[in-house]
Amino acid sequence: MVDDSWYVALSAVLFTLGVIGVVIRRNPLVIFMSIELMLNAANLALVAFGHRFGSPEGQTLVFFVMAVAAAEVAVGLAIIVTIFRLRRRLSVDDLSLMRW
Amino acid sequence: MTPIPAPPVLLSALTPVLVILAAGALVLLLDLVPPRDTKQHLGGLALGGFVASLLASVWFWDADLRAFRDMIALDNFALFFNLVIGYAGALVVLLSMDYVRRTGAETGEYYALVLFAGSGMMLLGSATDLIVVFLSLELMSLSLYVLAGLFKTRLDSGEASMKYFLLGAFASSFLLYGIALVYGATGSTNFDKVAAALAGKAPDGLVVVGLGLMLVGFGFKLSSVPFHMWAPDVYQGAPTTVTAFIATGSKAAAFAAVIRLLFSALRSMQPDWTVLLWGVAALTMTVGNVVAIAQSNLKRMLAYSSVAHVGYMLVGLVAGGASGAGAVLFYLLAYTFTTAGTFGVISLCGRTSGDESVDVRDYAGLARRHPLLAFVLSLFLLSLIGIPPLAGFVGKFYLFGAAVRGGYLWLVVIGVLNSAIAAYYYLRVIVYMYMREPEEAIPAGLVPSFAGGLALAISIVGIVLLGVMPAPFANLAVAAVAPLLK
Amino acid sequence: MSTSVWLIPAFPLAGALLNMVFGRFTGHRAHWIAVPAVGASFVTACTVFARVARGETFTGPLFSWIVAGDFEAPATVHVDALSAVMLLAVTGVGFLIHLYSAGYMHGDPGFARYFAYLNLFLFSMTMLVLAGNFLVLYVFWEAVGLCSYLLIGFWYTRKSASDAGKKAFIVNRVGDFGFGLGVMWLWTALGTLEYREVFASVGNLAPPTATAIALLLFMGACGKSAQLPLHTWLPDAMEGPTPVSALIHAATMVTAGVYMVARSHALFERSGTALEVVAWVGVATAVFAATVGLIQPDIKRVLAYSTVSQLGYMFAAVGLGAYAAGIFHLVTHAFFKALLFLGAGSVIHGMQGEQDLRKMGGLAPRMMTTTITMTIGGIGLAGVPWITAGFFSKEEILSAALGGRRYVILALLLLGAALTTFYTFRLLFLAFFTDPRMSREVARHVHESPAVMTVPLVALAVLTLVTGWVVGIPSDKGTTVFARFLAPVFPVHEGHHGGALLLVLSFLVVGIGIAAAVSLYKLGPVRADAVSQPRTPLHALLLNAWYFDKLYDRVIVRPLYALSVFSAQAIDLGVIDGIVNGLGRAVVAWAGAFRHLQTGYIVNYALTMLAGAVVIVGFLLAR
Repeated sequence: MVDDSWYVALSAVLFTLGVIGVVIRRNPLVIFMSIELMLNAANLALVAFGHRFGSPEGQTLVFFVMAVAAAEVAVGLAIIVTIFRLRRRLSVDDLSLMRW
Repeated sequence: MTPIPAPPVLLSALTPVLVILAAGALVLLLDLVPPRDTKQHLGGLALGGFVASLLASVWFWDADLRAFRDMIALDNFALFFNLVIGYAGALVVLLSMDYVRRTGAETGEYYALVLFAGSGMMLLGSATDLIVVFLSLELMSLSLYVLAGLFKTRLDSGEASMKYFLLGAFASSFLLYGIALVYGATGSTNFDKVAAALAGKAPDGLVVVGLGLMLVGFGFKLSSVPFHMWAPDVYQGAPTTVTAFIATGSKAAAFAAVIRLLFSALRSMQPDWTVLLWGVAALTMTVGNVVAIAQSNLKRMLAYSSVAHVGYMLVGLVAGGASGAGAVLFYLLAYTFTTAGTFGVISLCGRTSGDESVDVRDYAGLARRHPLLAFVLSLFLLSLIGIPPLAGFVGKFYLFGAAVRGGYLWLVVIGVLNSAIAAYYYLRVIVYMYMREPEEAIPAGLVPSFAGGLALAISIVGIVLLGVMPAPFANLAVAAVAPLLK
Repeated sequence: MSTSVWLIPAFPLAGALLNMVFGRFTGHRAHWIAVPAVGASFVTACTVFARVARGETFTGPLFSWIVAGDFEAPATVHVDALSAVMLLAVTGVGFLIHLYSAGYMHGDPGFARYFAYLNLFLFSMTMLVLAGNFLVLYVFWEAVGLCSYLLIGFWYTRKSASDAGKKAFIVNRVGDFGFGLGVMWLWTALGTLEYREVFASVGNLAPPTATAIALLLFMGACGKSAQLPLHTWLPDAMEGPTPVSALIHAATMVTAGVYMVARSHALFERSGTALEVVAWVGVATAVFAATVGLIQPDIKRVLAYSTVSQLGYMFAAVGLGAYAAGIFHLVTHAFFKALLFLGAGSVIHGMQGEQDLRKMGGLAPRMMTTTITMTIGGIGLAGVPWITAGFFSKEEILSAALGGRRYVILALLLLGAALTTFYTFRLLFLAFFTDPRMSREVARHVHESPAVMTVPLVALAVLTLVTGWVVGIPSDKGTTVFARFLAPVFPVHEGHHGGALLLVLSFLVVGIGIAAAVSLYKLGPVRADAVSQPRTPLHALLLNAWYFDKLYDRVIVRPLYALSVFSAQAIDLGVIDGIVNGLGRAVVAWAGAFRHLQTGYIVNYALTMLAGAVVIVGFLLAR
């Protein structure tokens, strides 16, 4: 039996990896995947905490988050596709029309 | 495994939200049937949705309903925000009827998305559970991400949409992780249970980090420094009416969630977040105002200005108590009218090509070409400066007054100094309109349609009324925060 | 009484709205609405004055305006002897100037707009005077500033005019910043802003608090009344139409600061320091502005600096505790300075817009009415003994300095008086009595102004002549009729009046001033290129008004603008590119990735957010 806190620690590591992914990658799809990683890290933490308290609440919340993540994917991909149609390139560095 | 009890259903607590959702669904449905060449009737339906929701909110005033195992509350606080958001939504729809048709982007989805975003905003005001906060925030944000990219063939619109989406999702992840940590520390996501679990003991590390991460998520929606960087780009690139909705509705909704969260669930941590918000408020006001001076794009300037106004409102949160939170609510009401009106005028000052006049130079001599529009925009800008007797002045008076009484004199000094700086860049627009000749011949500004004119008229009446007779509205605001401070 | 009080601001407001909304229809007939509106307001003010003279006062709320917790600020009006005097001066002079404007602005394309603004100003100014608490005062304090800004920039096609408008507004914001803080502090300290309650309870304020509040309020007065160091906007404000300069920037709005200090005298008296500061700022401004006025080539700028200087005298008076003397000078100054400005306007009108004294001269035979009335105004400004009201009011101020044994202040005020006499007579000589220096073309067209313009001149000249004799002569006990009328507001200080000594001194300074002016300008022909030429560093210093504008430009305006550009470009770019990239590099290095971080904006924003998150969480944990 592994202690709950290990799961929380793992989720923190995953979250950090997600953050790093967002700040170092250039491809919006990969950035978006990193964001999904952050969401899933939160899911893991929720499940672990739910297990600690012995209540189903934590797990239930995860379902909501997954639903939101799915919606986010749909919207995100649509936006990315629109941009790709206009630009024919896929790097967030190109998106600097507006600045200062 | 314990069986999960089915929660009792009390849909009446959701009436204002459901009305809007139903209108949204109806818009999507009617979009499929004729007439197809015009979408004006769908705009009318969206407007009807917002108005019906407003009426429902008025009807429920003083109700204190809770539903879905205390995940939703329909108290005066939620109703107050329903009113603010309902007004914002109605104004945006009125302005859109003209704008989206002229820019050739009129679709049924547009109105549906505005309605869905509006329902998310209203739900955010009612949320008394962290998970509902997250869900409604996403409902609002996802709709707005799409709306920002409404002009599918324009690079700046797409760029705005992409920036808003990626950074927004990034911020939401922080929020969610913060929620998870708070759940881990307290064993619940319900505001009351969180408050009970935290009461009377020193907060442990988990909940402190959770608070910090949640403030990152909300800081993004509020566009407070240092999470404000998206705002200028998105405000500039998004269609002007959408910008107006982002600047008013989403900001109000985020404030609703923050105020409820901080004042009820995390009440026992007030010393922690007060100090933090003190710094954020000072920084937000200053950065917003100073950077706004150097802008020549009007939408961008207003974006920085809205950042600064968030800073003023955070002063009210720092001040705390019924007077501080009430002042924020009043300010939001005033700010919604003013900002919706300002963006409304901008959306009407289009060039014939369909492009917008967004550079301050395009406004040179507007007073000559379209005196009424220039006068109306001047009133809005004067209210943003805080010239009495317009709404902006009274709002600042309440905010700074509450902070003075709370003993935050230095913050008030920074705030007053900031509003003196702010006069410069707002005034520059007025100077251009009244005291400059246009450098090149610019076709006359468009004559607002009936809908646009109505929206501007409502906003003007709003800021004058709030400025001349603020007392009843201020009492309303104070009454609205009372349930949180029990 | 209450209804008639409300009518005073209501008439001009109605006039303003009518001309604003129906400007297109009223057009060149706008004065048929605007002038009677102010006339009606003046008549009402007279009836109110008569009642106040019988000893009535009136305080009444309109409605509950701002309520915040236990704090309530109703919109209150308050009428007593002081407000009655101010109302009479404001509406009276205002009426004459409206009448004059009908002639002066005739044919201007913005005729209706002009009268709408002017009516709006008169509404705001009467409300400022009627205000019964500091909040209403503050509201209309801002409102008159706004009207002034609109009217300075009235001819907005001239860039200098719109710049001057903006400058006036922004310099005033500096003062208003202090004023706003002062009002807010007053509220925190006393819990009320009603005049009566505030002045009754100033005793509860600790003297340092009272000093701080009074000085903050005075900061607002400095901005509005163009006192050092916030005086720079007033000379530039001369870009507006001349009747506007007469009404707003000489007779009424700029005196609001003096009125406010006199009104709040209980508060200022609670702190000796504040009164001392008021007195010294006034004296310094009086002398400073007089020196600058010595050499200006523009007829309106001479008068503008003279206004700054005379306002200094008023502040010196109230700072010395001689409130009645200060207000008396305010009223007489309103008469003779409005007269001088309107006269100057008549000259400018007659010379097709020429404002340069170097190109005038010899106007006396062509413009007799203007010459005579303006000379009377000049005599009033110079304070030539006995002839005009200006002498009596200035005498009251000097007498207060003498009575208070403030000999340094007295000496400086006398020096200022000598300088004033000099520049006044220089102006009169250069405009009217020296040989003509204008071009032949202009000379042919010089003409006297129409009656609608000269009638107000004559009326103001009569007022300048008689006011002093009627209400300004000190009794045996050293009090004037004017001071006794104000006795319910300001306690009367009976005591030894300056008398013979002061009279001798007055003769002396006026004599020196006139003699100097005569010797420099009247004896022999004046060479146009010799006037206002910076021959010495001292000349240059005076001509540039002691370089205040340059100083502000260098020290405040340019750095602030640079800071703003810097923030926009460097902080949003440099800091992100620099610091945050540095942080980004650290993160990348720590993660073991070796790719060099390229600059891309979304990434930069995300990094900033991350940095913010780290700071926030770190801060919360460290607490």
